[in-house]
Amino acid sequence: MEHFLGFAIPGIPYGCTYAIVAVGLVLTYQATGVFNFAFGAQAYTSAFVYTKLVQNEQFPIWLAFLLSVVVLAPLLGLIFDRYLFRKIPNTNTTAKLVTGISLFVGIPAILPVLFGSQNQYNSPSILFDPNTVYFRVASTPVNGIYLSSVVVTAVVLVALVVLMRFTNLGLQMRGAVESRRLVQLDGVNSGRVIATAWAVSSLLAGLAGVLLAPIYGQLQAQDYATLLVAAFAAAAWAALRSFPIAALVGILMGVADTVLQGYLPATSSLSAAVLPSLPFIVLVAALLLVPGMRKLHDDTDPLSSVDPPPPPTTASLRAPQLSRVIRIAWYVLLAAFIVSMLSWMPKTWESVFNSGLAFSTIFLSITLITGMGGQLSLAQATLAGVGAFTAAQLANHLGLNFLAGAVVGAVLAAAVAVILALASLRLKGLGLALMTIAAALFFDNSIFSQIGVSHGKALTVADKWVGLGILNVDGHNLFIMLMIVLVICVAAVTLVGNGTTGRFLAAQRGSETAAAGIGINITWQRIQVFALSGAVAGIGGTMLVIQQQSVNANQFNYELGLAFVVIVITTGVSTIEGAIQAGMGFVVVQQVLTYLPARYGGNGLTFVLFAAGALTYVAHPEGILEYQKRRWTMRFQRLLFHEDPSSGRPTPPGNGSGHGATSPVSVPSLGGGYSGVAATESGAGHAGT
Amino acid sequence: MPAPEGFRPPAVDDPMSGPGGGPLLTVTGVTKSFGGIAAVRNVSFRVEPGESVGLVGPNGAGKTTLFNCICGQLRPENGTVELKGTTLGRLPTFRRARLGIGRTYQRVEVFADMTVREHLLVAERARCAQGQLLRDLANRSRPTPAEMARVAEVLDLVGISDRAEVPVSALGLGSCRLVELARALVAEPILLLADEPSSGLDITETRELANVLRTLQRERGMAVLLVEHDLHMVAEVVDRTIVMDLGAVIAEGTFDEVMADSTVRHAYLGTSA
Repeated sequence: MEHFLGFAIPGIPYGCTYAIVAVGLVLTYQATGVFNFAFGAQAYTSAFVYTKLVQNEQFPIWLAFLLSVVVLAPLLGLIFDRYLFRKIPNTNTTAKLVTGISLFVGIPAILPVLFGSQNQYNSPSILFDPNTVYFRVASTPVNGIYLSSVVVTAVVLVALVVLMRFTNLGLQMRGAVESRRLVQLDGVNSGRVIATAWAVSSLLAGLAGVLLAPIYGQLQAQDYATLLVAAFAAAAWAALRSFPIAALVGILMGVADTVLQGYLPATSSLSAAVLPSLPFIVLVAALLLVPGMRKLHDDTDPLSSVDPPPPPTTASLRAPQLSRVIRIAWYVLLAAFIVSMLSWMPKTWESVFNSGLAFSTIFLSITLITGMGGQLSLAQATLAGVGAFTAAQLANHLGLNFLAGAVVGAVLAAAVAVILALASLRLKGLGLALMTIAAALFFDNSIFSQIGVSHGKALTVADKWVGLGILNVDGHNLFIMLMIVLVICVAAVTLVGNGTTGRFLAAQRGSETAAAGIGINITWQRIQVFALSGAVAGIGGTMLVIQQQSVNANQFNYELGLAFVVIVITTGVSTIEGAIQAGMGFVVVQQVLTYLPARYGGNGLTFVLFAAGALTYVAHPEGILEYQKRRWTMRFQRLLFHEDPSSGRPTPPGNGSGHGATSPVSVPSLGGGYSGVAATESGAGHAGT
Repeated sequence: MPAPEGFRPPAVDDPMSGPGGGPLLTVTGVTKSFGGIAAVRNVSFRVEPGESVGLVGPNGAGKTTLFNCICGQLRPENGTVELKGTTLGRLPTFRRARLGIGRTYQRVEVFADMTVREHLLVAERARCAQGQLLRDLANRSRPTPAEMARVAEVLDLVGISDRAEVPVSALGLGSCRLVELARALVAEPILLLADEPSSGLDITETRELANVLRTLQRERGMAVLLVEHDLHMVAEVVDRTIVMDLGAVIAEGTFDEVMADSTVRHAYLGTSA
């Protein structure tokens, strides 16, 4: 027993921080309907500022704590609520997830840009001295870190249960999560209620951040991402409802982690595979076994019908003349691009654009699954990795040509995607996002790092494995091959999108109930779109490693998977051109930033820029680029053809007509519309008696 | 029970009737509860081929839950649903739709990204779509002239041809209900489950809708199971009426018979007047 406790007690501080974050996630979800992916990033921000103030600015601990946790953390929450989440309709789960993911990707990336990338070490403990042993439990010393974690967790848990169960504010929070518009009609200031919830949950994030900081020697955003995933699992076991269950599972996970570390042989592959996958295993088990998680479907806001309809695509609004001009302009641009790549393009930029073509292929898989299929998958980088690693393994061990390996890799990636689809048949929205991120983590920690070529280290792609002179730096064969592969994938995705499958998927996005009611097999559609997107991602992954001439696990980790989604959503997830613009834009922005001072270079600021773009998803779910295209198209059409902006879509006959009854309520002149589509004809209207 | 006036008895070898010319739909002892509350309790009834049956009752009577059990969107705890003598059992919704059960919904369910015509084309294709992915990749999925003609015919029938190219997101509630109806009809169902189809329609539109349902039933022999609060419309459309209250069937007969029933009056008015 003493032996066991010796392993278990060191897990308690980790468990307590998992518990606080899990409880914070449950609180945000209960009070606002948002599953806050940014929670880990908020915790990291507070820890970063706290450590910097104490270590670099010599602030006293209490003042640093006050500024970083009591002031900064709630302020961040209030800003997120005021400028982002408040604008998202309750029913739009995808917008909530995308906004959270954008913050998850963007915040840790922007901190080094703002404050410099110097590392932070040895954060001080907030309550008790970490070096003092206060007492012993079964011969295991309990120091200040253990003690402060347990005390803070207990206080937080009790306070939250009291807040939600026994106060008027808690009741109002639970009402506002169903429909903030409906509780407003009951006279509740729902904006203030939800803002309070954001402030409290963000305070918890900050608290968890500074509690965890002393446990790690060095402060790294990666550790906070891992913390978040463990908290996801704990919150999932609580079905995002129960604070005590979330806290208990969080603590048990922390304890289980150190106990397993103690009992499993340190150097065994079992230990290397199981330990990092523990949060994944617990999360998947919750998604499959907890009935509440399977029923986590889109929220039903009784007032959701007042939300505007989705905006039309730019292509559907364009006048035929303008469409012709744009089509010709695209062909000219494409021809100029190809000629430039084959003639005068500097090698650096040729390599950048080649990389963009490979990323475009991977991003097409996101267009398929999210744009057409309406499913938010966060594992697309992983599926690309499955394709890439398969081709690399086959080349390395069997000498198989990389291009043939790409086909095998695509098949394997499709198979993995099908397994993922089957495992998540009853999940959608948040549940599916969590399942796919869990799968991505599993591959990161247990597959890519274990069976990766050269044991997860980078493997140089050899010319003999690829052939056709593709890796010859003086030739253009790589560009030609990447173009051919991209064109084939674009053609396939276009044909599927315009075909019966695309129409069925559009029907499914509109209403799964009605789609099944007219004879569409929803399950089969889902499996097909997962398989297709897996295959396209697998091909894209292989193309990427050929272009980069090396394979390693970091090229396809789960954080990149999140970043990929953010990037494609910025440019437009519903169109094929959106994927290509995302691929090209991603690499061009990265390259341009290399001309700036070092702290602005690399992926960091690129992610920040795209995350900022994706934050506009709330206002423009079609993508900020697509929105701008629509705006400029309307302007051009007004200028060139003197067209009415709403003329792009037919107006239904008879809309807005009254029945001539005498009315007690009259609206003198009301006109309104969404994205250029007239919703209310301007003119006198009367409510019927 | 005698055939109501205007009822067209099916031929013995009618493809819509069950083996030996039996009932089209047989619901036997269906029970469905939610968290201990019985929404539908031991409900049994039949619908003959080409018959129009009204299913009425106050809010919360269990009408929509019963529809969901027939369509396969909910699994009843007890009882069976048979179509043409075949027990539907655990058959999923899409398979029931392909067997000929069409449906409109109490809360409008439309495909927001589509125009009215696209709705109907999708429904037409869904009837018999199998292995469509390979056809898509071979660019052989464009609507055929036959499909376009079929869709145009249904648009005319329901009276929404003038809105064919309008995105449904730009339509009002009444038009969306007609789109739902047209989408269900394009698949040529043998049984149409219409859940409050007149909700959101004005008097003229409701009358036109009643005419469409009556025409379909009389001229094409399509059976209709109609849930409706507008009792004038029910009286106009149905051959027979079933009244539900608190999950159970409380009366069955012609419209006039059930409306004269004291139990029904009590359920609706809270009095046995």
